[in-house]
Amino acid sequence: MNFEFTEEQLMIQQAARDFAQRELLQDVLERDEKAIFPANHIKKLGELGFLGMMIDPKYDGGGMDTVSYMLAMEEISKVDASVAVIMSINNSLICYGLQKYGNEEQKQKYLKPLARGEIIGAFLLSEPEAGSDATHQHTTAIDKGDHYLINGTKNWISNANSASVYLVMAQTHPDKRHKGINAFIVDKNTPGITLGPHEDKMGMRSSDTHSVMFNDVTVPKENRIGEDGFGFTFAMKVLEAGRLGIAAQALGIASGAYERAVAYAKERKAFGTVLANHQSIAFKIADMAVKIENARNLCLKAAWLKDNGKSFTIEGSMAKLYAADIAMEVTTEAVQIHGGYGYVKEYHVERLMREAKLTQIYEGTSEVQKIVISRSVLK
Amino acid sequence: MKILVLISNVPDTTTKIRFKADNTAFDDAGVQWIINPWDELALTRAVELKEAGSITHITVANVGTPATEPTLRKALAVGADDAIRVNVAAKDAFEVASQLAQVAEGYDLILAGIEASDYNGSAVGGMLAELLDISSVSAVSGITIADGKVLFNREIDGGSQKLEVSTPVLAVVQKGIAKEPRIPAMRGIMMARSKPLKVIDPSTAEERTAFVKFELPPKKAACKMVAEDNVKELVRLLHEEAKAL
Repeated sequence: MNFEFTEEQLMIQQAARDFAQRELLQDVLERDEKAIFPANHIKKLGELGFLGMMIDPKYDGGGMDTVSYMLAMEEISKVDASVAVIMSINNSLICYGLQKYGNEEQKQKYLKPLARGEIIGAFLLSEPEAGSDATHQHTTAIDKGDHYLINGTKNWISNANSASVYLVMAQTHPDKRHKGINAFIVDKNTPGITLGPHEDKMGMRSSDTHSVMFNDVTVPKENRIGEDGFGFTFAMKVLEAGRLGIAAQALGIASGAYERAVAYAKERKAFGTVLANHQSIAFKIADMAVKIENARNLCLKAAWLKDNGKSFTIEGSMAKLYAADIAMEVTTEAVQIHGGYGYVKEYHVERLMREAKLTQIYEGTSEVQKIVISRSVLK
Repeated sequence: MKILVLISNVPDTTTKIRFKADNTAFDDAGVQWIINPWDELALTRAVELKEAGSITHITVANVGTPATEPTLRKALAVGADDAIRVNVAAKDAFEVASQLAQVAEGYDLILAGIEASDYNGSAVGGMLAELLDISSVSAVSGITIADGKVLFNREIDGGSQKLEVSTPVLAVVQKGIAKEPRIPAMRGIMMARSKPLKVIDPSTAEERTAFVKFELPPKKAACKMVAEDNVKELVRLLHEEAKAL
């Protein structure tokens, strides 16, 4: 066992911390309130290499391990979970999916600019009637010989407007059910693609979420990922890795709120002494600290397993489930410690609380994680 | 043109300062170490000059134990080409300058931060220039290189001063030298793995000063609140206790 980080991992953590504190913090409240996409920040993150961190340098990625990625995700999420989710999708769904399952031409054409962060991607699986149950895809991809014709609607698509590349899951052989699903790389500006209105979300308001409609969208055959019918497996495998990013995001939201609560408790006075000297507050902080430490250990263990080529399915689910749940608990307590100040936007913790809620819902709800975990335990 | 940037390894600026039991040494237990902020700005400017094609090579140098290597590695990740560490825990500015003197020859331009944020000595740059017998300019807040000419900008009372200097020269740099320290990119962090970091044995230079005692600033006295309608009491306190009236 070795719980020490390497010099390089610490350097990446510090770089992410500096970026979050120096760049993101200054306008995070305004972007949240007005739901402004962080275009300039994403451009800079791309230049620093944070959007393709784990990709092989031969495809223009950063060549870093998953532990480094988790450390960076936590630091960014402490300050701005919207930026973190954009980063997570590009790293652990889009770039990871293409590096692991794309062919050489697809990597040259799409993975390289995505890993350089010049463009970003979106992952289109959810549908109006297929959220947690992704096996029933109503979006169709008809095989037309040299191309596919895609029709249907995708829902809750993060980066829908800002992405240049879509990874789209669609049904080609309905009789084969989920084994008939394919995954495609689709250029967002292909004729026939239209976006629904911007979703007015509770939190992560600075990430752009839309539904996406496909009306006779032509996709060249060479843009299919893997063999015919590989789409569902592709989506599940990619989400398995994506979960780690969201687990680290939830952890970051929790630790961001915790750090603010600790600072506030040391500063704010009530009944003649600082809040930290009141046991009711001090014990809350102890509970928060334990939860965060647990979540961090789960996250890092899952990342370590992935880095060492071992199965991380269960640990990834545990990390995501636990980190998301404690993010909700810790942010709620951080608001409570702040009292009335916690309920106004200026103090950030109410925003972190709103952001925490989404981590229990997307990239596999907490209930879906429990299905994964319990099936493994009970098999 | 080659630049040498002097790098001091200092406690993070938010560190809570404690001293060892006899108050003659800084207690570094649990301290996070960083590049001295002034040196980091100097390095950032050097990297900008290299990106602009004005210089060809950046070396960073530090006097310290192996524990200071993460700081040098970060400097390499930010954009230095190679690093030198003189392997000794130096005790004062003269010792640092003397140790650096043995590795600082052959550069056209040497950049030293105006002070290190730990002991705020502001002495190493000037001492090193003396030991190397080259000219030095203090409080430089801007460096440009055009047609092989090195131009310095200095903020002076009521205006600024522009200097053209001959090389080799040492610049003690201050605020304004670069906008903000550069965050290392993944590519830089990756490349830092294979950049050379040379370790040099110390020369026999000895320190000329010794720490006698450190003292923390006295704790601030508690704030006394006076009721808003009790002006008399306020005047009395200002007169008798604060002795401000």
